[in-house]
Amino acid sequence: MESDSNNILHEVTKQEYKYGFVTDIDTEFAPRGLTEDTIRFISAKKNEPEFMLEFRLKAFRHWLTMKQPDWAHLTIEPIDFQDIIYYAAPKKKKELSGLDQVDPELLATFNKLGISLEEQKKLAGVAVDAVIDSVSVKTTFSETLSKYGIIFCSFSEAVQKHPDLVKQYMGSVVPYSDNFFAALNSAVFSDGSFCFIPKGVRCPVDLSTYFRINAANTGQFERTLIVAEEGAYVSYMEGCTAPQRDENQLHAAIVEIVALKDAEVKYSTVQNWYPGDKEGKGGIYNFVTKRGICKGSNAKISWTQVETGSAITWKYPSCILLGDNSIGEFYSVAVTNNHQQADTGTKMQHLGKNTRSTIISKGISAGKSNNSYRGLVRIAKNAVNSRNYSQCDSLLLGSACGAHTFPYIQVENKSSIVEHEATTSKISEDQLFYCQQRGIDMESAIGLIVNGYAKEVLRQLPMEFAVEAQKLLSISLEGSVG
Amino acid sequence: MESTNLSPITLSRLVSLYETHRQQLVACDTPRLAGLRDRAFQSFASLGFPDTKQEGWRHTDLKESLARLYDYPLDPLKETDIQKVFQCNIPHLDTAILGQLNGWYVSRDVPLMELGNGMIMGSLSEARKKYPELVEKYYGRAADDTTDAFTALNTAFVRDGVFVYVPAGVKSPRPVQMINVIHHKSNLLIQSRNLIILGENARLSLVHCDDSYNHQGSFSNIVTEIFAGENAFLDHYKLQNLNNNSTLISSTFFRLDKAAGLESHYISLNGGLLRNNIRVVFDGTHGRADLFGLYLMDKKQHVDNQIYVDHAFPECTSTEVFKGILDENARGVFNGHVLVRRNAVKTDARQSNKNMLLTDSARVNSKPFLEIYNDDVKCSHGSSVGQLDSMAMFYLRQRGISEESARMLLMFAFANEVVAKIAIPELRGRIEDMVKKRLQGELQICEQCVLHCSTPEKNINQ
Repeated sequence: MESDSNNILHEVTKQEYKYGFVTDIDTEFAPRGLTEDTIRFISAKKNEPEFMLEFRLKAFRHWLTMKQPDWAHLTIEPIDFQDIIYYAAPKKKKELSGLDQVDPELLATFNKLGISLEEQKKLAGVAVDAVIDSVSVKTTFSETLSKYGIIFCSFSEAVQKHPDLVKQYMGSVVPYSDNFFAALNSAVFSDGSFCFIPKGVRCPVDLSTYFRINAANTGQFERTLIVAEEGAYVSYMEGCTAPQRDENQLHAAIVEIVALKDAEVKYSTVQNWYPGDKEGKGGIYNFVTKRGICKGSNAKISWTQVETGSAITWKYPSCILLGDNSIGEFYSVAVTNNHQQADTGTKMQHLGKNTRSTIISKGISAGKSNNSYRGLVRIAKNAVNSRNYSQCDSLLLGSACGAHTFPYIQVENKSSIVEHEATTSKISEDQLFYCQQRGIDMESAIGLIVNGYAKEVLRQLPMEFAVEAQKLLSISLEGSVG
Repeated sequence: MESTNLSPITLSRLVSLYETHRQQLVACDTPRLAGLRDRAFQSFASLGFPDTKQEGWRHTDLKESLARLYDYPLDPLKETDIQKVFQCNIPHLDTAILGQLNGWYVSRDVPLMELGNGMIMGSLSEARKKYPELVEKYYGRAADDTTDAFTALNTAFVRDGVFVYVPAGVKSPRPVQMINVIHHKSNLLIQSRNLIILGENARLSLVHCDDSYNHQGSFSNIVTEIFAGENAFLDHYKLQNLNNNSTLISSTFFRLDKAAGLESHYISLNGGLLRNNIRVVFDGTHGRADLFGLYLMDKKQHVDNQIYVDHAFPECTSTEVFKGILDENARGVFNGHVLVRRNAVKTDARQSNKNMLLTDSARVNSKPFLEIYNDDVKCSHGSSVGQLDSMAMFYLRQRGISEESARMLLMFAFANEVVAKIAIPELRGRIEDMVKKRLQGELQICEQCVLHCSTPEKNINQ
């Protein structure tokens, strides 16, 4: 059995990243490096109003005073921030009015990724915003959505068409001074998605953004802003891939979610950036700041993430539970293999009364990877009768990997209850034996057990994603047991 | 050496003190110990006092404690009636008492006792002179004075403490009780160092008490190194009952050899600011360490338990069970760190931290942290913060038990999970009694040492 499983492990590590191709698209770049001029260039390129440039410059000046943090349980090669191209955009021939005018190369790229813009529009009833390198290339469905008053467009378009909304909400959840990478993003972000659900509207379709890094030597800095007004509901999905390259590429994004009274936002992501090769060469550095605020009472924000890619994942999708009775949820499956590293988890800041949060985190580490869960649950003094339940389990596959848990619990009143539990183990031999003696081969048995292990999280995903996530899980891990 | 003037504890004060008094400090040192002192002093000088920006000190701010005015005599004070101070005892518990006053071993003319079975107990400074080889072999081998500022400070300045040696195969006939009493007319800075050595197959029960005698403030920086040889077993108790003006930084370093066993109990009943650094390192396979802790804090008291267990060898087992009840403005910090190294297969490590908050101004910070580099392990941790179970409360109330009694009963039951683990019956009875008194708010630091100001509720042997 030992040698069997070793073989299987070997097979698994041979699995190639199937999204690693490069598309030959005519791309426009900003000059390499970062100065105030770069920022002015980006801002001018996007024809932004004055307040945006000011915001960027303020962020940049603040960023200059900051140092890259080193507290995470990660080994990060030094990043030369002057050796990155901060803006890359597929060259546009003219303004697009329909899908048929999108560069066929681009369409082919997304088709290859399984994100058929046209098909998805018709069949799945999902509105897609496709972002390649730094800019949004096409948003489907926006006309239909506008009937409901829903705004779903690229961030640049929102800046042009809805500057008031952008001005009101941008930076209100993640201020530019929040952290090193948030400051960098605020200075140089190029595009992203903007989504606004007006009062009382339940968004009839799932909204989805697809991010793709294509150009070499670039960093991707996008920014997503989701605002759900009183009583609104939206389910938002995000997916991402990148080509296979030897050098590391930086992805430093910001996601901000604002949920007003009685609103609900469900945010799901399947992250599949290029993880680097088997020796740990190349891959994406995924350093993302994601945060949502439940501003009004009874608001709800739910994060679901499946993390399979990136050389290094460093992110903590968080909830600020400001409104009374508001709810925060975090469901995560983080898989690391080969030399991947992940330091991910969540922060639940309970500020309002009777606020509730649930954290379910499942870490799976294989190969020589290190997978850390880091989470904060803070119950402030005024957050009376608050409740948190956290469970973060780790599964270790192979004797060379590491799994770590850093839960931070801070409670400041007597009426709240916080529970945290975690276990770390390998796949139970009993379970394997049981499956095998029922005639299920080793590989399927492990797939079955891992899937069962991650089930609690996977079932939170919208259907389209659940299928993709399960496939990804099986690609990353099937059969790996040490 | 003359007593220095009262002043706050600062880096510059200690640096100049070390520089002026270095000759006297190293006077009795072997070359290695003198080198150790100098190195430790260098690392302290470069580390400085920790602040809340450091991960390990995020929730414990020493600013206020360090800013008070302290006397720091480098020689023992000769002003107290020793007999009067050491009245402390546990009824019906027959122990060998090793008294320390303000960090100095109280010799009563016998600085080092040598028992018939080969056990040696007494003053560490005396042991250094009399048994240099034995001390040399262990001293400074477990303590971390390169990264931990307080341990480095202790190594640089330490002059005395307690030394206990249990030779191979010897079972100590009665528990050894270390009593560290602080009694002075002004605030005191105290640094003492203890060295406990258990040879192969040795067994020892060690009761380590920190008490204050009056309301005078103090800042104690105590380092204890404990070595347990192959198959040895140590039953360790740390009882802390200090006044609210006291700051205690207690660092205990355990090294457990092959198949050695440790059962440790940290009971914190009172204290201004208590910080327990507990580090356990397995030096061989099949070791076992069970760490239990109970903290009952009120007023503005602060307790911080930092536990680090290093599973460096395969097939070792560790358990941590820390429970606390926090009242009024008290604050509890728990930081458990279990490291399972690459080769440490078949490790079984469990962590649990449970807290009860009784007021809205009490606070808890809990961080049970697992760092695992191996797949053949069983590790789990749990942490909870909550209140008394309302169902249990209802059950008791509808049985006609008054609310106050029901509360007491449930709180006592909560604490008893830790108290019940105490293996010495007399001590268990005593702690039960003290916990009850503490929960009822009756146990306080009075004019006399707490250990004898309260009468026990029951006599164990009757």
